[in-house]
Order: sequence, then C-alpha cells, then structure tokens
Amino acid sequence: MSTLTLAAELAYWQQTSIRAVVGLVAVLLPAGTLVYLFLFKMMSFMQSRLGPMEAGPYGSLQLLAEVGKFLQKEDIVPAKADRVVFKAAPFVVLVSTFLLVLVIPGGPDLVFIDVDTGIFLALAVSSISVIGILMAGWASASKYSLLGALRATGQLIAYELPLVLAVMGVVIQAGTLNMQGIVMAQAQGEIFGFGGIGSPFIITQFLGFAIFLVAVQAELTQPPFDMPVAESELVTGYLTEYSGMRFLMFFIGEFATAGIFSALAATLFLGGWYVPGLDPTDNLFNVIGPMVLMGKVILVAFLIFWFRFTYPRFREDQLQTLAWKVLIPLSLVNIVVTGVLKVVF
Amino acid sequence: MPNPKVPGLIKGLGVTMKTMLRTLTKGSHTVQYPKVKEAPTPRARGVIALHEENCTSCMLCVRECPDWCIYIEGHKYLAPPRRPGGKPRKKNALDRFDIDYALCMYCGICVEVCPFEALFWTPEFEYSEPKIADLLHDKNLLGQWMETVPEFTDYEAGSEAKKLEVPR
Amino acid sequence: MTATTDAQQLAYIAGQAADARVNVELETEGMTLNIGPQHPATHGTLRIIVRLDGERVIAAEPVMGYMHRGYEKLVEVRTYPQVTTLVNRIDWLGSFANEVPFILAAERLMEVEAPPRAQWIRTALFELSRIANVVLFLGDMGVQLGAITPVFFAFRDREFVLNQIEAVTGGRFHPNFDRIGGLKDDLPKGWIVETLGVLDRIRTFCDEMEDLVAGNEIFQARTRGIGVIPADVGLSYGMSGANIRASGVDWDLRRDSEMGLVHRELDWKVWTHPDGDSFARYWVRLQEVREACTIVEQCLEGIPSGPVMAKVPRIIKVPAGEAYVETENPLGVMGYYIVSKGELVPYRVKIRSASFNNVSITPWLLEGVYVPDVISILASLYFILGDIDR
Repeated sequence: MSTLTLAAELAYWQQTSIRAVVGLVAVLLPAGTLVYLFLFKMMSFMQSRLGPMEAGPYGSLQLLAEVGKFLQKEDIVPAKADRVVFKAAPFVVLVSTFLLVLVIPGGPDLVFIDVDTGIFLALAVSSISVIGILMAGWASASKYSLLGALRATGQLIAYELPLVLAVMGVVIQAGTLNMQGIVMAQAQGEIFGFGGIGSPFIITQFLGFAIFLVAVQAELTQPPFDMPVAESELVTGYLTEYSGMRFLMFFIGEFATAGIFSALAATLFLGGWYVPGLDPTDNLFNVIGPMVLMGKVILVAFLIFWFRFTYPRFREDQLQTLAWKVLIPLSLVNIVVTGVLKVVF
Repeated sequence: MPNPKVPGLIKGLGVTMKTMLRTLTKGSHTVQYPKVKEAPTPRARGVIALHEENCTSCMLCVRECPDWCIYIEGHKYLAPPRRPGGKPRKKNALDRFDIDYALCMYCGICVEVCPFEALFWTPEFEYSEPKIADLLHDKNLLGQWMETVPEFTDYEAGSEAKKLEVPR
Repeated sequence: MTATTDAQQLAYIAGQAADARVNVELETEGMTLNIGPQHPATHGTLRIIVRLDGERVIAAEPVMGYMHRGYEKLVEVRTYPQVTTLVNRIDWLGSFANEVPFILAAERLMEVEAPPRAQWIRTALFELSRIANVVLFLGDMGVQLGAITPVFFAFRDREFVLNQIEAVTGGRFHPNFDRIGGLKDDLPKGWIVETLGVLDRIRTFCDEMEDLVAGNEIFQARTRGIGVIPADVGLSYGMSGANIRASGVDWDLRRDSEMGLVHRELDWKVWTHPDGDSFARYWVRLQEVREACTIVEQCLEGIPSGPVMAKVPRIIKVPAGEAYVETENPLGVMGYYIVSKGELVPYRVKIRSASFNNVSITPWLLEGVYVPDVISILASLYFILGDIDR
C-alpha cells in the first residue's frame, strides 16, 4: 500500500499492523465465505436439504462453532510419527496460501507487492503446498496416509503444467506479467473495436479459462480429482492422522487456497477489481474494488464447487492421462493460437 | 439428422442445478425438527399402550415376546357376585405391568397375540430418556399412552377385514 | 487376472488372516493393507486383506464374521412368529423380502396356502422392499466413487417408499408383516393411490440417476471393463441376482420357478447385460428398479378382494418335515431350509444368504486390479454385512 495516500501519516508500525490484519482478512474472509456459502449451503441445496440452520441466522456462524469444536479436541500425534515433520506440515501448506495473496490486486493501489513478475511469483509459490502434503503423509506413519500423499504429489506436480500454460495465453494477450497490468489490459482493451466493457480475457481465452479451472480443481484436490483424499478408500488420505486444530489448519488452508485461486482466475480472466463502464484510475475503485473482486471470486468458486458436488472421482492413472495427454496439448495449442493472433491483429 | 447427444457431464450438472433451484424456491425435503414435526402414519409402531380393564394377566404377551421384556405380576381376588345370592367371581388384578423399552424390538407380537384387546400401538415416539432405567414404562405410564392411540383406519376396497374399535 | 500359483504367497496371506493382526511394516515387495473392518467403503464390518504392489493388488482375502449374530442358533429356541421378527434383520434394507421365503417354507410344511389377496399384497410389498433396497445401491455406488450428491437423492426418495411400507405394516425398516397363512393386516384406505404416486417419484429418481451417475463419462471410465465376471466363473462361485444377470445369464427365480408369489401372472421383463463389468451391474439394477415399479403397479391395480389370512390355528405347530424355499431377493437368491420336528419352534433353520456367495468371488476377482478399482468392484457387487454374516 505504498502508493495509497491517507489523510493522516501513519507510523511504520501502524502501517505494518494494518497490513498484517488486512492480509489475514484477505485470506480468511474468502475461506470463511466459501465454506459457508458453498460447502454448507450450496451443497445442501443441491442435495434437497437446508444445511446448518441453528448457529446464527441461517447457520452463518457455523464456521465459528466448528472452529470452537476443533480447538477443544485432544492433540493426538501418532506414536510412530515423526513429530517435528508431523507438526510442521500444516504450516507449510498455509505458508503457500499466505504467500499467494501477496500479489493479488484489490484495487488500483491496493496490492501488497506490485512486482513486475506478479503472476510468475504466484504460480511459483503455489507449488510449496506439495511439500507440505508430502510431509503430512510421510510423517503420519500410516499406510493410508502414505498412499494418499504419494498420489497427491503425482497429481499436483502433473497439474502444475496445465495451470502455468493456461496462464501463458493470458500473459501473451496482456503483454505483461504484472497483475495490475493484466487488469488494466482487460479494462482498457477492446473487443474488435468495441471498448464498452473492456476486454475480459475470458472471451478470447475461453479455452485457457476452462483449462485453468480444471487445473485449479486438481491443485485443490477437489472432486473429481480428489484421489489423495478419497474418502471412501483412504479415509481422507494424507489427512487421516490429523485431528483438532491441525486438521482445521489444513481445512481452512484448502478453502483459503480455493478462494485465492478463484481470485487469481477472476483477475486473469474476468477483469479483477474492474467494473466495466468506469474509469479504471478512479480512486473509487480503491473502495469498491475488493468487493467487486469478492463478487467475481464467488462466481468462479461457484463453478468450482458445482463440479465438485456433481462428479465422481477419477482414478489416478486416468487423472494423469487427462493432465499429460489432454490438457497440456490443448494448452499448447491455445498458446500458439494466441501468439499468432496477437501478432496478426 | 439425429439430435446431438448432450454429454453426460453436462446432464449431471443440470440435475444438481435443478435440485438446487427447486430447494431454493420450493423448500427442502427435510423438516427442521423439533420446530416442525412430521406426523407418522396411524399404524406406526411408536409405543405400546395398555388398557388395564381388559387385561386378565393371561401372560400370553410375556411368553410370546422374543426379548422377554414384559414383566407382569398379578393376584387373584374375589369380586362380588353378579346377582345377589350367586357365587363370588374369581378375577385377576394387575399389580405390575412393565414393558422395558430398552429391550423392546417393536415387533408387535404382544399386541397381536393378546386375546382380550388390552394392548394397542400408538405412533408416539418422543419418549427418550437420559437414563436407561427410565425406559422401563410401568402400568400408569402405559395407561397414559392410551390417550395417544389413534382410531383404527378404514380398509381399502375389496378387503374383508373388519375394523376394530379402540376401547376408551 | 492370472491365478496366483505362488503357494507360499497364499499361505502367507492365510496365515496373516488367521492371526488377525494388522501388519504395519513397509516391505518393498508388497504392502499388506487392511481394508476394514472399520471403513467407509465396506457396507459394514467386512475386512479384506489385500497385498499390494504399489497400487496393484497381488492377492486379496475377505475375512467375514465380524457381524455374526448367530441367527441359526437363535431361531432354534423361538417360535415361528418370533423368528419372523428376527429374520427382518438379516438384509436390513429390503427387510420384507427376508420374511417371505421363511414364511413360504413354513406354509409348505403346514400345507397351507395364503389366500389370493394376501399373495398379491405380498408381491407388492416384496417388490417395494426391492425398490427400497436397490434405490440405496444406486446412490451408494456414486458415493463410493466420489460423487457425494446421488446418495442424498437416494435417501430422499427412499423415504417415500419407507413411508408407504410404514403405512401398511407399522414399521419402516422391520415390517414384521408376513404370517403363516397370509398377512397380519389388510391395506389401509388410500394406500394404493398413494403408492402409485410414490412409484412416479421413483421413476423420476431413476431418470435422475441415469443422468447424474450412469451417463456420467467419469463414472463410465471408472466402471466399464472393471471387475469383469464371466458367466461360468460367476455361476461356479454361486453368485446370484443382478450380479449374475449382468454377466449375461438369463436367470430369475421370480420367472423361472414357482415361488409362491404372483410374479408369473404379471407382465414384466428380466434384464441382462452381456458385459459383466461394474457398469453392467449398475445398469441392470437401475433397470430392475424400473421393472419393480411396473410390477408393483400391476399388483396394486389387480388386487383381488377377499380375506388376507387363511384358517390357521392360533398356536402354530408346524408338522414334522423339511422344506426349502428360495426366492429372488433384492441382493440375490435367498433361501431357508427348515427342519421341523412338529414342535412350536423349528429344529434347525439353514439360511442361504445371497451376499455370502457374492463376496466369495473377491479373491478371484480382485487380483491384478488397482486399489481404487477394488472399491468400485466391491460397491458394484453390493453386499450387506447382515446378509453375509447372519
């Protein structure tokens, strides 16, 4: 927030604490909203039931109740487990989530770091969670956990590539790796000369958007790609031995990552904090930008969770076949076509 | 030209979306118990009620229960004769008639074999207790359940069964 | 799927099963994994010891008996009405169907025949319990494979069927309605019209399952070609019901034998599928639910009038003799062999349950498949632990 001008000059420690609070909110608020809206409510509506209704009006405080429930559970570490690695694994997964939120812009001036390689940084740090999952599965000293962790490692590494390649199309079209630059390119772009609504990349990069969504689904180990956490086979896979607060960290981490990847998708394909029709450099966007972004996050997350609740899961080798033999060639085709069209037009 | 087949993936999405919209507009299939309660059917086997006047302590229900969960104790007493100058009548009086609902299988054999129509089913089901010992319903409680016994339902057309009356 | 000729490996597995201890060491030439007895995938307490090479199964052995309740011993000291109550609980999802073969065997010994109205209502309730049972399977196979939504639809629409069974018998899960010589009571007023409405719901549910599960490409990729049971192997292991009809064997006791119910007077079809894989078993059961709806409809529209109970003495003493009756239950072929010595209680009852034979094929079937396919195959075989262990 170095370029944000405030009425009063704040001391350094005050600025830092504001940033820390905003960072926490930026991670936890999407997580909580997604958990409530989609996991509790949308899944229930799709299953002809109402979901939690008791805690708070329409069950809105259910997540708080769940946090309280997890906090008071016994802290169990399996006897044969590697204690240090076991306890450190949830933190590694959470670290990657918090690092991801650094580069997502909430408004023209609302971004933690405005680096020129924004999207590259985001994709790089999202791979750290793989190590956390492997640590969790290995340190649990249980065969189910190990099976789950090995499946997860293979899956997450395989789906990194379609994720990155799908983003390449956006980068080529925007001409920059900078996140704010990508938003500006969508805000100020034109579709065949019509500049009314800008040029959200979803229209031209629809294939990239589809590949990105599929890859995000796999990165989050959500059905239909949830082999590592296949509940009916592995009893939650690498998470089997985790209970109480440690499980809650994985759980919140999963939904926070879902929220942040949705924010990435919203920024790259839907235009981020920009609303068509207004001047993108207006200071108004510093106020309504985060809310606009949240709305688009909910839209993208709706798609992700809709697929999650409807489809059965792939087998591991079918999953890998999908990644290597279908998604990567498709994304390469997408890059070639985008490059050609960018040069020609 | 035949209709292009919609891939099953899309049809599946359509089913879940349709269900979600139906739940949002018409309400869900679940009810928020205990604020809203659904009434079970009249024949539902909720709890057994005892009409004490009809019971003669014949012990048939005790014998036929698969779990042996009915406990009966009675004594004989002499009732005054019907006509003056006649013989005093020997009658059974119930001291104790307990049904242990912690053991009861809700099979209904006791209600069925009772020859004197002293036992009846009621659909009342909300009698859970924190202590298991409280699940032993004694004579008075079983008599109170008689208030919840519904009338017997009519039968379908073509049936030759006769509808019984519930003694009140 | 080659037969394991390594006798040492088989002996090792058998030794481990006999020990009933969990082996936690990680050996690189094969990992022994316990699926169960506490596991979300097995329908109850079934334990399968698999020996894995990476993700491929080398050998598998089911260990049954964790839910053995001693039925055949319990019934030796219980009168016939009490036994009827107990046998509801063998296959607890389609519970009326458990009483029917027992009652038919006892009626055969007593040489009593139930009046026609009772037989027609029995058939309708028999098929209703088949609907209740298989509807759960249709949703449950989805959840074993990861689709969490179909099972909620299954429970939701099953409630309507259970409400109808409750309206007649008083019990949703354990009707205890069949009696030697007929039924306990007659139908309440309005039941036929209500049930016909419920059947429409079930048909809508079947269409939903076809769109949501059977037509789903992911589901088909997980089940086509998986767990193929050739017809002769299935028959040699004693498989029955939809499992064997999915391998192409056109055999249904409701049509092929004189069971004692009125199926042969109605117009319905037996469904088979030539493939014999998991998808075929799902598909055959889906069609069977639709067919059961047709049967119930014909039953309800053609019920003759009359009594529901024949003249039987109050205290039932079945004459001495032996009788065996098997029927096409929702899970397969279920049979009761009653030996009576003319007393109030049967001398010996042998229960032939369908799931026991259906599960016995798992050592042959699970060789060489992947671990996720193990779950898919077990889900498609559809056993119920109460039926296996009795």
